[in-house]
Amino acid sequence: MEIRIAGFGGQGVMLAGNILGKAASIYGNKYATMTQSFGPEARGGYASSCLIISDEKILYPYLTKPDILVSMSQEAYTRYINDLKEGGTLIIEEELVKLEPEPKNVKIFKAPATRIAEQVGKKVVLNIVMVGFIAGITKILDKEVVLKAILDTVPKGTEDMNKKAFESGYEYAVKNLS
Amino acid sequence: MKADTKGVLTGLHFMDGDHSCCEGLLAAGCRFIGGYPITPSTEVVERFAERIPKVGGVFIQMEDEIASSIVIQGAVWAGLKAATVTSGPGFSLMMEHIGLAAMTETPCVFVNVQRGGPSTGLPTLPAQSDMMQAKWGSHGDYEIIAVSPNSPQECFDFAILAFNYAEQYRVPVMLMMDECVGHMYERVKIPSADEIELVERRWATCAAGEYLTYKPDADLVPRMAKAGDGCRILVESLTHDERGYPVITPQAQKKLVSRLVNKIKNNAHKIYKYEEYKIEDAEVIVVSYGITSRVAFKAVELARQKGIKAGLLRLIVVWPFPEKKIEELAAKTKAFVTAEMNLGQIVLEVERCAHGKAKTLLAGHAGGTVHRPEEILEVIEKAISPNSSVGIWEL
Amino acid sequence: MTQTLELKDKMEGLLRTNRLPHVWCSGCGIGIVLNSFLRALIASETDENKVAVSCGIGCTARISGYMNIDGFHMTHGRALAFATGLKLANPALKTVAIGGDGDMIAIGGNHFIHAARRNIDMLVICVNNFNYGMTGGQAAPTTTKESCGTTAPYGSFENPFNLPFIADACGAVYVARWTAFHVRQLQLSIQEALKKKGFSFIEIFSQCTELFLRKNKYGAGLDEMKFFKQNSVIKNGADTREAEFNSRNDKIVVGKFVDRERPDFKESMDGYFGKVLKDKFIRYEGPLQTKI
Repeated sequence: MEIRIAGFGGQGVMLAGNILGKAASIYGNKYATMTQSFGPEARGGYASSCLIISDEKILYPYLTKPDILVSMSQEAYTRYINDLKEGGTLIIEEELVKLEPEPKNVKIFKAPATRIAEQVGKKVVLNIVMVGFIAGITKILDKEVVLKAILDTVPKGTEDMNKKAFESGYEYAVKNLS
Repeated sequence: MKADTKGVLTGLHFMDGDHSCCEGLLAAGCRFIGGYPITPSTEVVERFAERIPKVGGVFIQMEDEIASSIVIQGAVWAGLKAATVTSGPGFSLMMEHIGLAAMTETPCVFVNVQRGGPSTGLPTLPAQSDMMQAKWGSHGDYEIIAVSPNSPQECFDFAILAFNYAEQYRVPVMLMMDECVGHMYERVKIPSADEIELVERRWATCAAGEYLTYKPDADLVPRMAKAGDGCRILVESLTHDERGYPVITPQAQKKLVSRLVNKIKNNAHKIYKYEEYKIEDAEVIVVSYGITSRVAFKAVELARQKGIKAGLLRLIVVWPFPEKKIEELAAKTKAFVTAEMNLGQIVLEVERCAHGKAKTLLAGHAGGTVHRPEEILEVIEKAISPNSSVGIWEL
Repeated sequence: MTQTLELKDKMEGLLRTNRLPHVWCSGCGIGIVLNSFLRALIASETDENKVAVSCGIGCTARISGYMNIDGFHMTHGRALAFATGLKLANPALKTVAIGGDGDMIAIGGNHFIHAARRNIDMLVICVNNFNYGMTGGQAAPTTTKESCGTTAPYGSFENPFNLPFIADACGAVYVARWTAFHVRQLQLSIQEALKKKGFSFIEIFSQCTELFLRKNKYGAGLDEMKFFKQNSVIKNGADTREAEFNSRNDKIVVGKFVDRERPDFKESMDGYFGKVLKDKFIRYEGPLQTKI
């Protein structure tokens, strides 16, 4: 299972990938490898976290044809949409990404993650809302396992807000699916 | 000797190779790094700078890589375990002091997170094109040890291995990572301190007045005393005798430099480390190391699915090169395919040791990204084709 | 008489006498520096087991090989970087770097300014003989204008460095200059600098008889000693800008120019980490004791 989480620098896409990788490899009894790719700018350029989750040892470390593309910015979307596997899953932050060009033959899921993050407390937890949404849509990992990884990763004192962000994203996904 | 609990971050981590390498250095007892920032190795020193004040030791960001590569040797002679960390251009600047460490028998570790070269090259992308430089980069005859990890876990494990070799044989040891391994995240298991076995420095045991800086033990490795012990040590970069006195003669040169070379060559059988996969019946053996060895493993599996009897010899220790192993395999197999992220370096060693008894092909790559498994598979297929000849080189 | 004998014994104890005769040419000033340094060690009652001398490459850098104390003959230009490692890894050591002008300020110039800036606790002694001796008399960054070297066959037209000024500007806590003629002052200066905490720097003008003097027809070693004597002006506390020695017509300003207090690298590091990391900070005290 290959997942690309892409956005602009500063949105926390690396942390999102890190949490899913940690959830899979430390708490989820699976193998996970994460690589990253950045634009040359420290902030604002594109950033993408490339995650492979597997039941077997991962030999080739890079993505070949992602099964899932999570896009949190327009530039990331246009840059990576054509890599997405046929019949793959596209997850977008609906206020930040317009589906132009129109993707073909993929399953599309949209979340107002920024708005949810603001309702939960702070815009910075956008990435955690997205992690919840990804977990809810894809079901690649158990909910508890991902939550454990989140609580293990976020700064002390922010656990409650992040837990709420994750659960809101997750619930939105479950509602969206039904 | 067991590791000191203070430096060991026991537990499961999802960590990249650079950070993991830093944890490995700390677990190995490294308490001094002199470094200079350079992509893609910087995270190692950044983490060390953050960790070391809470462990007890020194990090100093030096004015350049030349200074970094010698300040650590000062720290070693004062009694610490020390390392420096760099990448291509910095590694080039460190060459003189790799020779110094070899000449003065200063145990220390040089970490090179390899990136594409020559010159500034590809700062953010991987290569394995410093492998010959690691062995031959400094002037003169000398031997070093080089180890090559293929995962963040191994960046931890081999940092310890590197220090153990350095202390055992009193040589500079190269930890040859690459950008891919340095920046990829995977699960890293850090054991408890009492599960980590460390080689203690070979301290002198004689009375201070009897100590000679360069009098070797039976295995050709001398014992160490540190500055301030009252041994009046003399550490000399010129050709020297057992007292450390400079002696500028062909006889002294022969005696000293032969010992520097032989202390590794004679002990090479204890130093070699490799992994074998499906080698018994293999008609084509892929020789690989570092990140490329993972992809090579995949290529061997793909070849087996196609009915090709392929196997893998994965080098953990690249220098000293396992000459005997290649000689032995050359008698049994039809061809070697050396898969490496450069345009032909370790393949030269394979070719040398095969003595023409098996074909030697290169699955090279100019760097910037790792091979696709299919690229190595293609060369495996070429190797078994009756049309290919000995010593074929295609890039 | 007894005192002199005792001093002689002590001096011999500090020399590797089985290495003599030394490599330096007759009339060379480096032997004077060695003598002054050992006398200063004895007079200051420094524990010789705790002194480490780091040298680079060049005539002066050979000095560590003749002293019966922990000595390191390292690579060209890098004595200060090596000494930095020694000192930081074992704060109990008295670390000394001794070298020539080419070694310390040409190839090693970068390490010089940074060691001074960081205020690494070490004594740096630079023997300035205005050229590269060991390689045969080439021009150096200290060669006086219009003086010749083998690589400046028509005379040097570059501006030479003013070393006390550089050391001062980079933050050295102790800066002095003497010549090979001023043996008493030099010894006292070394004694004083050995007691200083921080980056201390002493420059010593010295005669290179066989190359610099011969090539430039400045006379024999003794003539140069006379030159040092006649042209020196002692100006303790002088502004280091006045220490310029650009040509042989300039006066040689000697004396102790700088003597001040600044926290050294380790004090700064420990103080700062203690402040920001509080009880999480583990102060590094030095290497564990070994069997010897």
